[in-house]
Amino acid sequence: MFDQFDPAEDKMLQVIDNNGKVISKELMPKLSDDEMLKLYKDMLFVRTLDHMIVSYQRQGRVYTYPPNYGQEAIGVAAGAVLRHDDWLVPAFRELGAWLAKGATMKDVFMFNMGFEEGTKFAGANHMLPSSVPIASQLLHASGIGYAIRYQKKDEVVMAFVGDGGTSEGDFHEALNFAGVWKVPVIFVIQNNQYAISVPVKMQTASINMAIKSKAYGIKGIKVDGNDIFAMLAAFRYAHEYARKEQQAVLIEAVTYRKGAHTTSDDPTKYRTTDEEKEWDMKDPLRRMKLFLEKKKLWSDAAEKKLIDEYEKEIDRQFMETEQTVQYPLEDAFKYTYAEMPQDLRDQQIEHEKFLQWKNARK
Amino acid sequence: MKAMNIVNAVNDALDIKLTEDKSVVVYGEDVGFEGGVFRVTEGLQKKHGMERVFDSPLAESGIAGTAVGMAAAGLRPVIEMQFCGFIYPAFNQIISHITRMHNRSRGKYKMPIVIRLPYGGGINALEHHSESMEAIFAHIPGLKVVVPSTPHDAKGLLISAIESDDPVLFLEPKRIYRAIKQEVSEEKFSVPIGKAKVLSQGTDVTVVAYGAMIREVQKAMVMAKEAGYSVELIDLRTIYPLDKETITASVKKTGRIIFVGEEPRSFGVGSEIMAVANEEAFLHLEAPPKRVAAFDVIVPYARGEHHYLITPEKIFYEIERTIKF
Repeated sequence: MFDQFDPAEDKMLQVIDNNGKVISKELMPKLSDDEMLKLYKDMLFVRTLDHMIVSYQRQGRVYTYPPNYGQEAIGVAAGAVLRHDDWLVPAFRELGAWLAKGATMKDVFMFNMGFEEGTKFAGANHMLPSSVPIASQLLHASGIGYAIRYQKKDEVVMAFVGDGGTSEGDFHEALNFAGVWKVPVIFVIQNNQYAISVPVKMQTASINMAIKSKAYGIKGIKVDGNDIFAMLAAFRYAHEYARKEQQAVLIEAVTYRKGAHTTSDDPTKYRTTDEEKEWDMKDPLRRMKLFLEKKKLWSDAAEKKLIDEYEKEIDRQFMETEQTVQYPLEDAFKYTYAEMPQDLRDQQIEHEKFLQWKNARK
Repeated sequence: MKAMNIVNAVNDALDIKLTEDKSVVVYGEDVGFEGGVFRVTEGLQKKHGMERVFDSPLAESGIAGTAVGMAAAGLRPVIEMQFCGFIYPAFNQIISHITRMHNRSRGKYKMPIVIRLPYGGGINALEHHSESMEAIFAHIPGLKVVVPSTPHDAKGLLISAIESDDPVLFLEPKRIYRAIKQEVSEEKFSVPIGKAKVLSQGTDVTVVAYGAMIREVQKAMVMAKEAGYSVELIDLRTIYPLDKETITASVKKTGRIIFVGEEPRSFGVGSEIMAVANEEAFLHLEAPPKRVAAFDVIVPYARGEHHYLITPEKIFYEIERTIKF
């Protein structure tokens, strides 16, 4: 597959076209009807959850949130190949993969409400917290890869970054370390065309992002990130390759961020509606829905009913989270160190004395 | 017991931990085959294998960042930054991840990482090889900062650092790497992090120092003794967490305190020591707390370094001024 889609020739792996028609049958991943439906439903869930969180943000009930809108296929396909013991090293826009690893809606809500508890992902095995300093997390993936090899474990790491992140030094160091060390890490670039406002052509003079793999002696492939079947085919192949060959892989998933960078961003300032319309035709849910409808597996009525169910459940869990969370003073202190220094204890005690004084004044 | 210098002692501590704990790995630039530019890791690759003691690509951020992943996956990496001036590419990984992952994951991922860092001046080196910027690191929540001044403490503190579930910056005073030989137990022992040591009891003034400056203070103390002054010397051994108790008890006894450090004076470790003296022992002070530290300038190249380095005469001069205040 890596030879067939050589990034040097700027080839891109695609399975279905914009109308949901299969254009390369031999690359279509083996899936039962139920498995196909699950992929679609997972994308629909991510999209619904994403929209709901944006609306909560507009209501002032969560803080800044980076929407996944338009990029759902990548995270969901990743989640479909990650096993329980595989590692997920997130950036911050691959919600489908988070949920598949065991992150809960409550985690996601809490993270965006401003609680560190939300980046613990207590129920997600082998998932790091999301990383805010761009591309810095990729080195963690290379390090985990080393540990996997050293401990002779059957695990694979999948690490995410955006197109802007490929300009960071850590991106290059991570790929270089992974190449030299020969570790099972799949690096995934979600090339959504913009790093906040800066278009991808201002990030690199390379003909694509996947070609950067060649400099580090690892395999790379460019994939249509809005084609869930293409993403799944690429991930399955890369996963098998990374495991069997103990080698790193770079996947460029070409996609489009239909929403804002975060809820604080206004994309109308830096892109045109013509461009947005063009990408609407490539929307990952639209394409898969057309495919499923042709197979008589899905309908508008089924979709409406499911979104309704999702919305009710999301809202129920959101309200439950809102009512139960609290942030006691001690939580600000107790995780800075595994073993808390006396001086920190003293600082907490000193502040508690002030709080007692303050409360007594009322 | 065996006669060891600091290089031998660090090597011995690494050897002991590599032997008893398979989760310990040691890596960095030139640390594997060559045994490090200071030969601190000499022989360890041969003994413990290329998987456990190895040369990494030449990239400090990469070294620190991969350690985060290794620690998350259950290893205890001991990484070397070849010289103090080369740590800055790794600074983002240190301040953004090594010191934060435990907090960010609410304790799910511990970061038992040791960053070994040869530091300090006085070796006629090129630019970027002589800095003493420990205050920058002591300022970072989530990090512990340790500096031995003797082979015994180097071994014991490094063993504690490797066993710590928190990240530790382990500063190695390269100026005295081979300057002091001491009888050190070949057995495993540890020196606790966060505990200073009173090296000499005295009554007139407390001198707080660490690392390579201990030897300079001890030379000044010979002059002080001849002049009839009784100096109490505290070797800090750990910068963070700071052993305030030992400092405070000593100041309460002597009524005077001098900090000696080769760091730039302003906003430094010395400033923190002065704050402790003022906050904890204000009414016991008989003279203003004094910092004897380097100027707030870039470390001069080798030919000018003598202007910059703290000398025993300078320390004695300040001891006398403080006592006579």
